[in-house]
Amino acid sequence: MTHHHDEDSGRDGISRRHALECMIWAGTGVLWTISGGIPVSLNLLGAAQAAEAMASGFTFLQISDSHIGFDKAANPHAIDTLKEAMGKIQALPQKPAFMIHTGDITHLSKPAQFDNAAQIIDGAGFDVHYVPGEHDLIDDGNGKAYLDRYGKGTRGAGWYSFDQNGVHFVALVNVVNLKAGGLGNLGPEQLAWLADDLKAVSASTPIVVFAHIPLWAVYPEWGWGTDDAAQALALLKRFGSVTVLNGHIHQIMQKVEGNVTFHTARSTAFPQPAPGTAASPGPMTVPAGQLRGLLGTSSVNVKQGGKDLAIIDSTLA
Amino acid sequence: MLCIRLPARHMVAILTAFALTTGTCQPLRAAVDAPMVKIENFAFTPHELTVKPGTRVIFRNDDDIPHLVVANDSSFRSKALDTGDTYEFTFTKAGDFAYFCGLHPHMQGKITVAP
Repeated sequence: MTHHHDEDSGRDGISRRHALECMIWAGTGVLWTISGGIPVSLNLLGAAQAAEAMASGFTFLQISDSHIGFDKAANPHAIDTLKEAMGKIQALPQKPAFMIHTGDITHLSKPAQFDNAAQIIDGAGFDVHYVPGEHDLIDDGNGKAYLDRYGKGTRGAGWYSFDQNGVHFVALVNVVNLKAGGLGNLGPEQLAWLADDLKAVSASTPIVVFAHIPLWAVYPEWGWGTDDAAQALALLKRFGSVTVLNGHIHQIMQKVEGNVTFHTARSTAFPQPAPGTAASPGPMTVPAGQLRGLLGTSSVNVKQGGKDLAIIDSTLA
Repeated sequence: MLCIRLPARHMVAILTAFALTTGTCQPLRAAVDAPMVKIENFAFTPHELTVKPGTRVIFRNDDDIPHLVVANDSSFRSKALDTGDTYEFTFTKAGDFAYFCGLHPHMQGKITVAP
């Protein structure tokens, strides 16, 4: 069952990627528009419609898995590819309203790695909303380094919500208190907070949820899923438009299930193999000329008055 | 430690006597022969290992991604192990000690300690 979904999502990812490569105006991200309660990806729209959607709404940008400090064969210069990604974002003709980072900012949670990441990402001048990846919580204080830096105004392990232009954004943490044999974990405290947070939000409000590990079972055999995601999704059932944005797997996967669209972004550091195509997950070394075609960011467009979000994935190539 | 120069045969006799009387040869031998659990391709190898009480086990990360060794019963926990880093734990009590990777909890292993 799960396997079947994985294969489907894999095919979607490839065909979608191919379609987006043909779009001249697409930069290097994932772009979403909200319209009619059902998220429609922009590659289904004509270029003119897409351009109009971008002009009349607001755009935010997703960046993920920058792994600052990573220097192994798969990309000895992860800091340089992050700089390239930020350079492309700064050069966009229409500036994003803000950015989200879906975790694994650093590779080993070291102070210098957090400093370098902050200098490059925050130095670009955008507001950035972060969630941690498991690589951001492995300092001696088990996450203190991350929370000291990014935890202001958050609850628990760093979860929070905010509203922007009529969209309710929910930032979740699913990389703490991981259990033996398990996957990503939200935990009862966070789920209770989520239920409470959503109480005051009307069903017609578009919701964007972001977290590091996918909130759907991409490939549990490699740990690519979240054990108690179903409980979070049950709380989101009554909303007409829900978009779930994740990282962790360093490749694009997309799935639409009812009112919920799931999407994962590329890394700016190194690619990982497609589910089941290698002995294990982990950094995948590709010929040097191919690396930047497998790294990238995602741009998400929200059209005012509409309900569809449009995501454009863009590579660094 | 000893800086006094002694004829070799005297040295052997002294060391042999020392080992026989105190039994301190045991930890020295364990350091050389300590069993190793390799962490590679997001798996612990060997997956299950049986050792005698008092054995020090070395975990070594051979992946390009950090891993973290945690006992299910919290009796031991490493720091994050970067590529090539090792973690050592001496198992003194008999029993089964299941453990997992604190970063990738689908990775699991077991140390059985039996006399």
